[in-house]
Amino acid sequence: MRPHPAVVLTGLTVALLAVAVLALTIGAAGIPLSRLFPALGLGVAPDGAMLARDELVLWSIRIPRIVATAAIGAMLALSGTVMQGLFRNPLADPALVGVASGGAFGAALTIVLMDAPSIAVPWLRHVELLPLAAFAGALLTTWALYAISSWRGRTSIAIFLLAGLAIAALTNAGTGLLVFVADDRQLRDITFWMLGSVSGATWGKTATLLPALGVGLLAIPFIARGLDLLVLGESEAFHSGINVQVLKVLSIVVVSAMTGVAVSISGVIGFVGIIVPHLLRISIGPGHRLLLPASALGGAMLLIGADTLARTLAAPAEVPIGILTAAVGAPFFLFLLLRQRSLVTL
Amino acid sequence: MTPVVDVAGATVRIGAATLLDGVGLIVHGGETVAIVGPNGAGKSTLARLMSGDLAPTSGDVRFKGRALSSYRPRDLARHRAVLSQHIAVNFAFTVDEIVRMGAGEARGAEIEALIAAALDETGLAAFRRRELPTMSGGEQQRAHFARVLVQLACGEAAYGPGLLLLDEPTSSLDLRHQLDLVDSAKRRAGRGTAVVAILHDLNLAARFADRAVVLHRGRGVADGPVRDVITATTLREVFDIDTRVETTPGGLPAILPQAMQVARDA
Repeated sequence: MRPHPAVVLTGLTVALLAVAVLALTIGAAGIPLSRLFPALGLGVAPDGAMLARDELVLWSIRIPRIVATAAIGAMLALSGTVMQGLFRNPLADPALVGVASGGAFGAALTIVLMDAPSIAVPWLRHVELLPLAAFAGALLTTWALYAISSWRGRTSIAIFLLAGLAIAALTNAGTGLLVFVADDRQLRDITFWMLGSVSGATWGKTATLLPALGVGLLAIPFIARGLDLLVLGESEAFHSGINVQVLKVLSIVVVSAMTGVAVSISGVIGFVGIIVPHLLRISIGPGHRLLLPASALGGAMLLIGADTLARTLAAPAEVPIGILTAAVGAPFFLFLLLRQRSLVTL
Repeated sequence: MTPVVDVAGATVRIGAATLLDGVGLIVHGGETVAIVGPNGAGKSTLARLMSGDLAPTSGDVRFKGRALSSYRPRDLARHRAVLSQHIAVNFAFTVDEIVRMGAGEARGAEIEALIAAALDETGLAAFRRRELPTMSGGEQQRAHFARVLVQLACGEAAYGPGLLLLDEPTSSLDLRHQLDLVDSAKRRAGRGTAVVAILHDLNLAARFADRAVVLHRGRGVADGPVRDVITATTLREVFDIDTRVETTPGGLPAILPQAMQVARDA
């Protein structure tokens, strides 16, 4: 029996809030629960002196970081789920098959080009170019991947993974070239993308993330049934009344927007898009109407947890979160491959 | 009466290959039509023209009097249902979830009754909670047939008899379930549905269809009542097989594989 959708979503929301509250209390400046709620404006502070410090830590550092982390985690898991549905392949992940690298290349290109004196266009500095460039890079790579691996309505898993590998190598070479020509300051900025981190999150950056997440969440009702039917095949989805071209374009744009914007803020964070939907499919089934929103909640929860670990494991230093998710996610992915090697025909 | 499907002078070329060459086919509601022919004769291409997957290079495909290309996918799905061969499902949908997909967004007691009836008809009532990837090829095919039956029933409830298109529906079924499927399809025709099936097994085609259409190298070479079309001459000229065609007590053509020989002068 599948659990009831309302139970699943309520349970995940409660769990997400619990993890978020826990994450608020943990950090270089510990804020125990007794002081957390007063500092959030709920209840009376036992110690007035600490209140001002707690409020500052919470509102200008920890809350924006946790909100940004939640949004990034939600977008990574959601785009992973959409991508797996689009490619009818449970092993697809934007970070694994070069889509995130494409986004990172777009971002790196922008960092270097915006600084170049010969190219610098003054008004461009006022535009949020980084997320847009990352979106464009992600869109280009997703599109290329789809064009390469889909043929006559069928998607070959082997071609898909190998093409993803090649595209990732190509975009990483591009980013490498940019690293080669970058100056010291640009180099530091670019290196940050390669490792993946949410430590630079501010309210401003959070404001960039939320529209992209909104696009992804709003798209759910329009793509959920189509993605279910796409599991049967492109022709079969069409026979069932789905406008497959519209579904594909919408899905690709949604995946690219979320991956690109997430990458432009946090750099490449892998495996969230694989772990979350996979665990959810086992427990709630593969139907996208529930799986998509549940993935968003689960992704937010997982990344907040991972970031809290990243902040505390080597405190006061921070482990880049991308390293952490890869360290956990890569073995998990290998485990999936082992388990499915008899089931999945490449 | 307006035919359900009207394919006129349809030619399909892909690159230098001509897959169909001026094929015409008119199917009315209530008819059962078997499309037969050797490998590469253009059977699937003709089916893809009728399902709307493919547009002809030249010629015309009309559906219930309107150009097929003028239908939106969603409208088309309410007038015709298609069972394709080889559907691979990589995600663990249950039989119930797969069959339910046939109903689209519709919910309610009538839909539940339709789903239950389709599961009964395909012998899958006990498999409702089973996940598709854990089932045999034949069982999966029956689940998809149940889904297609639900889609057809939902569409027909709103728009009247439509088209049921079956592309080698029996390829992975055992004998008993082949008969079940063919009889299910015939029952739909009894209620006014136009049923078109691509079949390799000529004996099964004879049991299923009133009418057989023989394709050979992209052309329609015969079209008529099964007993007039499935003959020793057709078998020799189209399938390169020498054999006698017997007649069953019910008057249907019957071919014994044991008595077949590859035609030497072919």
